[in-house]
Amino acid sequence: MIPAAFNYVRAGSAEEAISLIGEYGEDAKFLAGGHSLLPLMKLRLAQPTVLVDIGRVNDLSYIRDGGDHVAIGALTRHMDIENSELLGSDAPLLAHTASHVGDPQVRHRGTIGGSLAHADPASDLPATTLALGATYVAQGPNGTREIAAGDFYQGYLTSALEADEMLTEIRVPKMNGAGWSFQKFNRRAQDWAIVGVAAWRRNGDTAVALVNMGSTPVLATSVSTALAGGASIDDAAAQAAAEADPQADLNASIEYRNHLAKVLVKRALTEASG
Amino acid sequence: MEISVTVNGVTHTGDVEPRTLLVQYVREHVGLTGTNIGCDTSSCGACTVHVNGEAVKSCTMLAVQADGQDITTIEGIADADGTLHPMQQAFIENHGLQCGYCTPGMVMAATSLLEENSNPTENDVRIGLEGNLCRCTGYHNIVQSVLAAAGGAK
Repeated sequence: MIPAAFNYVRAGSAEEAISLIGEYGEDAKFLAGGHSLLPLMKLRLAQPTVLVDIGRVNDLSYIRDGGDHVAIGALTRHMDIENSELLGSDAPLLAHTASHVGDPQVRHRGTIGGSLAHADPASDLPATTLALGATYVAQGPNGTREIAAGDFYQGYLTSALEADEMLTEIRVPKMNGAGWSFQKFNRRAQDWAIVGVAAWRRNGDTAVALVNMGSTPVLATSVSTALAGGASIDDAAAQAAAEADPQADLNASIEYRNHLAKVLVKRALTEASG
Repeated sequence: MEISVTVNGVTHTGDVEPRTLLVQYVREHVGLTGTNIGCDTSSCGACTVHVNGEAVKSCTMLAVQADGQDITTIEGIADADGTLHPMQQAFIENHGLQCGYCTPGMVMAATSLLEENSNPTENDVRIGLEGNLCRCTGYHNIVQSVLAAAGGAK
């Protein structure tokens, strides 16, 4: 399967990439690792007229200590997140989740910024960064702005990014001392989650986010509220699907997804409380 | 667009359409057909090659993205005198293939795995090869082959 024809330009910097995307308009797309976009283009579900390749903007591939958070360049690959000692100690939920994205070949190419900007609710990293309360940094022609993960996802494959903005950095609050868990239920090792759960708990606070339980990643606030009010894990997990609005597909009915969410949230809370 | 790609140590320079996939480039432009196209949807891993030493699915990368990069295919891992790579030899000795269609991708994924983890457990191998599908062997002998190659490399 070959994508529809497009023009290809390569950017050497974020500024150049933003200038190019502005020049070519709404039918142009950024290409990072390509592991979300190229499969869609091969199926002709996406037919951008221009690809602006940002894969060589090397100064956007980094993992740095930002004090109260870890700053991750948008072009950092999943494999580098998985193997990062800094993330392993200060945000282990993210490093662990990254190790469950696709398979090793995918993780050698795919980037965190690409995955988040693609805004697929079935992807692992959007929900995990949502649970972690991450802040995304977007750069446009007029400078940068910060977008809370909770404000970023607006619908299926739709984010708060303007057409001429690109993600440049992801800031993940440090979670030292927290208990955490990532649960991914699928039928084949490399598949997307049929349902997934990212959760962490610290000092009586709990955050839980759901993968593939709606048109966006879903923050399960009823679970957190129930736990804060003294509910047991079993009773809190029963609220897992309260904010969700899942779709049925070949893998699962709506009822099955709601059931899975409750089971997986219970497992996640148990592990995160251990 | 003119690109220059080093494949198995030989640099190839020429024009490609931007939509040319790396696997197409390797098979049809460079003429190395050892790399197979299986699912064509980045699931099966039959098209796995190394880009700068790391396993990548060449059906999900554009040739223009490989411009200036160093590609290794299944044809490039044996010695010049024909001596097989230890991983290839291990697949032969452990009957790690039946029809052989997945084998080039399996071998390239497995050599990349051992670059990252030279002493894997059986479970490490199974997880490390999660991106490669085989519809003949049930994986048992493939896993044994990779473990044998890892042992030989010690």
